[in-house]
Amino acid sequence: MTSSLDYWTYGVVGATFALYIGIAIWARAGTTGEFYVAGKGIHPVSNGMATAADWMSAASFISMAGMIAYNGYGGSVFLMGWTGGYVLLALLLAPYLRKFGKFTVPEFIGDRYYSQTARIVAVICLIMASITYVIGQMRGVGVAFSRFLETSYEMGLYVGMAIVFVYAVLGGMKGITYTQIAQYIVLILAYTIPALFISLQLTGIVVPQIGLGANYIPPDGGEVTMTLLGKLDQVVTDLGFKEYTTQTMGNTVNMFAYTLSLMIGTAGLPHVIIRFFTVPKVKDARYSAGWALVFIAILYTTAPAVGAMARLNFIDTLMVQDTETTVHGLAAFEPQPYDALPEWFQKWEQTGLLVWQDLNNDGLVQYYNDADEAIAAEAAGLGYAGSEIFHGTADRLSAGPDRDIMVLANPEIAGLPNWVIALVVAGGLAAALSTAAGLLLAISSAISHDLLKSVFMKDISEKNELMAGRIAMAGAIVVAGYLGLNPPGFAAGTVAIAFGLAAASIFPALMMGIFYKKMNDTGVVAGMLSGLLVTLLYVFQHTGWFFIRGTEFLAPELGMSANWFFGITPNAFGVVGAVVNFAVAFAVAAFTAPPPDHIQHLVEDVRVPRGAGEAVDH
Amino acid sequence: MTPENRSAYWKANLRLLAILLAIWFVVSYGFGILLVGPLNQFYLGGYPLGFWFAQQGSIYIFVVLIFVYAAQMNRLDKKFDVDET
Repeated sequence: MTSSLDYWTYGVVGATFALYIGIAIWARAGTTGEFYVAGKGIHPVSNGMATAADWMSAASFISMAGMIAYNGYGGSVFLMGWTGGYVLLALLLAPYLRKFGKFTVPEFIGDRYYSQTARIVAVICLIMASITYVIGQMRGVGVAFSRFLETSYEMGLYVGMAIVFVYAVLGGMKGITYTQIAQYIVLILAYTIPALFISLQLTGIVVPQIGLGANYIPPDGGEVTMTLLGKLDQVVTDLGFKEYTTQTMGNTVNMFAYTLSLMIGTAGLPHVIIRFFTVPKVKDARYSAGWALVFIAILYTTAPAVGAMARLNFIDTLMVQDTETTVHGLAAFEPQPYDALPEWFQKWEQTGLLVWQDLNNDGLVQYYNDADEAIAAEAAGLGYAGSEIFHGTADRLSAGPDRDIMVLANPEIAGLPNWVIALVVAGGLAAALSTAAGLLLAISSAISHDLLKSVFMKDISEKNELMAGRIAMAGAIVVAGYLGLNPPGFAAGTVAIAFGLAAASIFPALMMGIFYKKMNDTGVVAGMLSGLLVTLLYVFQHTGWFFIRGTEFLAPELGMSANWFFGITPNAFGVVGAVVNFAVAFAVAAFTAPPPDHIQHLVEDVRVPRGAGEAVDH
Repeated sequence: MTPENRSAYWKANLRLLAILLAIWFVVSYGFGILLVGPLNQFYLGGYPLGFWFAQQGSIYIFVVLIFVYAAQMNRLDKKFDVDET
């Protein structure tokens, strides 16, 4: 059955894709300079907008608000981590790297540390972090396409892989930059418009940033008695979940480490750093980071409202509460019959990301936290046989809905017009595609430019270099797609691991390269390798070797339980890797020869905008 | 540019970084994580204050920090005559 929603969705998604492809063809890259850094001719505001699109991936758009919805205050690690990193990037790296004037991050590391080995190690770190990141994107693309095409998650993923392939391989950086500006506009409209509508419905205030802190207006016209956050706290605790505004993600140490990992990972991710090579001047690099954060903050300050309101609306649809009630606990809610649920529920069931199992065969949908003993006891008294909402496949069901569907389903749950729902699907795809393209570009330039051109095949022609870059992209898509079939977590969690890897390997090398003149080649290589290995080992022992399920090992005979290191989860471990990296690098550098004089002079030149090493224009 | 000048420029830069990063740390890790409990006893509209810093306030302050940095560095570049022509 083709409904009016389907026409809207095909129409909007089709129109935005036609726009991106049109721009990509119009601005097609002719030279390697254009392919990698768009010929360095991009205005700071435009660059900021493109950086924002590049940055805000499926993890930000599709996944983050869902993570906030289910982690409440604990979700703040994503909000602070993915914005605060820009402060580090702007203050500690961007202007200096621009001054240095190179194409890629490994090129900077190779030149600064006068070492091919350092450059190759940087390429390895970059590829590990970027591929992990692309897995997270593939998960987001799979979720979006599975709903859009009303098919399984796996099928959605295959379709997504094909589109990313055509799209990223064609363009190169020049095309990508202009396309990303268009994508930013699509994704920010798609994110904020539904949020405005929903904020208006629930609080009577249009601006979601204010609505989240406003009073809750009950839909049945009842009296206004509590704030939106107060209402949410009450509803979730009545259902046995943790209180929204105080729920944490692990202990305080983990919250701290998680946020810090994401922040320094932000400043170490090659596809973001590379953007600051594309502005004309050092001055522009400083402002560009600020503009990027302005455009990012529009989405990031909206996300907490989206998460909180989606959680409330989702519960409200399944478990209706009489707003006049003074009863607390499960008895305050009336489970709704499955047959009376709105159409979106069945549509999402087709994807396997939302599953209902009628455990007590009463035809009603019960949703609560059956892991909470008091609530489970009350539920048994009411004749409930457990919470009936799951996600996953029949052989492996997990409790609750898949977090990654919350943003996409949000406008449907709130009953918004079809064109808004269609816009959100287009926005989610824009977010996933723009980031996947940026990452694939970073991977391809690392392989073709840093490995082939500089190390293995010095006389490769420009044409063959471009070809090698495109082949590398295709390989990366296949690997990421395969691992995306069984991702190590929700999109945002998977992406967090990528940040941890970047934090542990690349950020310390860049920072020491600028701020510590005496850091030498052996020190940095030892630091990067130990930071990367420590982090990978900790992540893999929890999620399986190379994220392949079933190969995870924790050694109970050594007294290791899950997250054994001060309660720090693998997603948050990058900061520990970074500390190891710094410590090892300093220790090794103290016992080996300092860098030659010309390198120390080079570092001094990088520190001033004008001077001997004027920013090179490629 | 004399070596003394160069080192004075770099010191001024590092001092600016220290101030801005201190603010960066206090609003996010301080107000948003370590002190979130005590701050939540105060309210900003319907937001518990610590929660607001973690999910809204720190982000606004981050944006301001970068623009302050860019403006101050541009002034510093001119003062030491190292700005780009």
